[in-house]
Amino acid sequence: MVSFRCRRYHDRDHSRGTRTILAYTIRRTAILIVSLLIAATVLFVLLRLLPGDPANALVGVGATQEQIAAARAQVGSDQPLQVQFVTFLGNIARLDLGTSFVSRAPVLAEIGNRMSVTLPLTLFGFLLALIIAVPLGIIAAVRSERWYGAAISVVSQLGIAIPVFWVGILLVWVFAISLRWLPSGGFPLRGWSDWREAAIGMVLPAVTIGVVMGASLLRYVRAATLDVLGNDFLRTARALGSSFPEALLRHGVRNGAVPVVSILGIELASTFLGAVVIERVFSLPGLGSMLLLAIQQRDYPNVQGVLFVSTLLVLVIGFVADLLQRFIDPRLRSRGSVAP
Amino acid sequence: MQPKSLAFTAALLAGVALAPISLAQDYNPDATIRIGSLYEPQNLDNTAGAGQGINEAFNGNVYEGLFLLTDEGSVEPVLVEDYTVSEDGLTYTFTLREGVTFHSGDPLTAEDVKYSIERVMAEDSQSSRKSSLSTITGVEAPDERTVVVTLSERSISLPYNLSYVWIVNDAASDITASEDGTGPYTLEEWRRGSALALARFDDYWGEAPTNGEVIFQYFTDATALNNALLTNAVDVITSVQSPDTLAQFANNPAFTVTEGASTTKELLAYNDRVAPFDNVQVRKALARAVDKERLLNSIWGEYGTLIGSFVPPTDPWYEDLTGVDPYDPESARELLAEAGYPDGFTFTLDTPDYDPHPLVAQFLQTAFAEVGVTVNINIITANEWYTKIYQEHNFEATLQEHVNHRDIVFYGNPDFYWGYDNPEVIQLIDESEAASSEEEQVEKLRQANRIIAEEAASNWLYLYPQIVVSAANVTGYPVNGLNSQFFAYDIQKSN
Repeated sequence: MVSFRCRRYHDRDHSRGTRTILAYTIRRTAILIVSLLIAATVLFVLLRLLPGDPANALVGVGATQEQIAAARAQVGSDQPLQVQFVTFLGNIARLDLGTSFVSRAPVLAEIGNRMSVTLPLTLFGFLLALIIAVPLGIIAAVRSERWYGAAISVVSQLGIAIPVFWVGILLVWVFAISLRWLPSGGFPLRGWSDWREAAIGMVLPAVTIGVVMGASLLRYVRAATLDVLGNDFLRTARALGSSFPEALLRHGVRNGAVPVVSILGIELASTFLGAVVIERVFSLPGLGSMLLLAIQQRDYPNVQGVLFVSTLLVLVIGFVADLLQRFIDPRLRSRGSVAP
Repeated sequence: MQPKSLAFTAALLAGVALAPISLAQDYNPDATIRIGSLYEPQNLDNTAGAGQGINEAFNGNVYEGLFLLTDEGSVEPVLVEDYTVSEDGLTYTFTLREGVTFHSGDPLTAEDVKYSIERVMAEDSQSSRKSSLSTITGVEAPDERTVVVTLSERSISLPYNLSYVWIVNDAASDITASEDGTGPYTLEEWRRGSALALARFDDYWGEAPTNGEVIFQYFTDATALNNALLTNAVDVITSVQSPDTLAQFANNPAFTVTEGASTTKELLAYNDRVAPFDNVQVRKALARAVDKERLLNSIWGEYGTLIGSFVPPTDPWYEDLTGVDPYDPESARELLAEAGYPDGFTFTLDTPDYDPHPLVAQFLQTAFAEVGVTVNINIITANEWYTKIYQEHNFEATLQEHVNHRDIVFYGNPDFYWGYDNPEVIQLIDESEAASSEEEQVEKLRQANRIIAEEAASNWLYLYPQIVVSAANVTGYPVNGLNSQFFAYDIQKSN
């Protein structure tokens, strides 16, 4: 009887949900474009406020004043700021990410190369984090009275407190230098065509990310599960005959998952560039190190390109997370937005 | 069988049996040498701002010049078979070597040499060597094998300066991402942020390299670089930057540590244009206030060398001038008082933010405090340094490391950032370039250097050590790394 009523509720809401999702998508896309424009402007201003000149990365000690002036003309830093800004906006509008001042290579191509390292690294790390966080988080919540539930909770606190690069250095020392089981870093020259070497090179960095991210996610999963455990519908489901694990999986997960999906989206998005520290410890040619070097060199096209792409990524991930939440929880479909 | 033919057969058999032993090489001629470095090139064109990393990867390996600056510091003809100089020293006629081909298959002609020299001298060239070729007024290629270079004044360093000029195929339009040289290796692949691979060029005109492939692995972190050598992910590290990690290699039979001759000088450069640094006595006082041996020891332990001037031991005009202003705080205080600063003075030291400059700045702050001089340390980035100090000359004193070879000539340019302006020195340096023999050049530069040292134009703190560490089964690599070059063609790796 309960299920019959639920089905009718779903049917009635379905067409409204479709129209709402369409309107929602259009609105989100508009927000995305405006966000990108604002990000681009802030980016432009901040970069040029920093002392330093992109031309300096091209010439060195021994260069004459004429050479320096020529380099500045080449990168456009001798133009007044307004002119630079207009050129910049024009390029963005044409989706032309340009070429690097320093390497003369097209920005988009280089970003593509770096993504082939950062994307798999982040996703592997993320998957590992999920594998650690979800089961352990649920156990820590359900068995919070037992010693192992409490122990998991304490260890996860450690995981949050320890800096990620320290975990990385520790793993290198144990597995690479002492045991010689894995390489201490690096990514093969031929990239994924050398897939065995590439995969092996991903292991330690992905584990580093997975362990640290997992510890932090674990606490969210645990909190969400504890929240769900206290709810009436679980008791009702058990009263209607489900076993505890059954009830938890069928009803608990869908309810508890919504806030966790928000967090997952944020953690995933921040890891793309946040992995720069891991990239340095393990010498991986990823997106974060490209950005770091570009900032040091004031290589504006590269900085703008990377930040643009990662802003896009963040916004897309947020969008997908939102859609996922609406999929999981039908009650959200008619609402404008979700509070995690 | 008759005894004679039996003996002959026995000898033949013995010869055949012994031959493999005598022919056996103790290294693998097709080995892949993996070189670890912190200096990735920014692009592949040394006139387009490629940086120091491109000299390391490409000089002598992918591109050759008319001349080569060897690791021992001598200048030898490579693509030039012979050359003559006119009486007045203004016309050089080079005869090119025959049978040289570029990697693309085109033969080397005089037109390529003309193109290559003009590339470095071009208006938009960002080569740091452009000003050293400023005496060249014209380059002509009267026939396929002859190149005539005319100068506006005598320049004894012309062959040396030409050793920095790559001979590039004039058909190669854009070499920022590709190459076309005459060297023993071709560029196989480059993955930015990761590695650059060179493969042996089988149609090379000269002696084949003693290995089959060379891969430069790039790191941004010195510890990660050392870990790679420890775990055998690389075979050799081009130049060790951090003295702490040497300990794990120094007494380890699996590794060889070699200290070569460095040209990297750490110095405290004053802005000689502004008070009180325009006063020779003040500068001499500050030179005597620093215990350089202790400074070097605290940073590099038993490695490195003390210098009394800007000239390192590998330059032909070197002499030991460490005795000119030795450590003597008492004398320093006296000199300051004589100069009119009995209570000392205060100045701002613009310090680059990377090792070892912040450490050196702190050492100097303490040392100068002993003689009454107060130092305010201002940390800046390398990029800022280049604008604020190198271009705008907007500073009082700064710390910097200078890596160039034979760069005493910077003191002959009053517009250089430190603004040292001594007409006698300028004249001596100009005359040294116009010298008609190397002995004359050496003598003039020695005289100039003595004056520069006596006037304490800058405070030369120490010479970095040049340390190369390799796995014990790898030999044949350059140990001095002059001009950041790292010739890979003689490296041998045994199994």
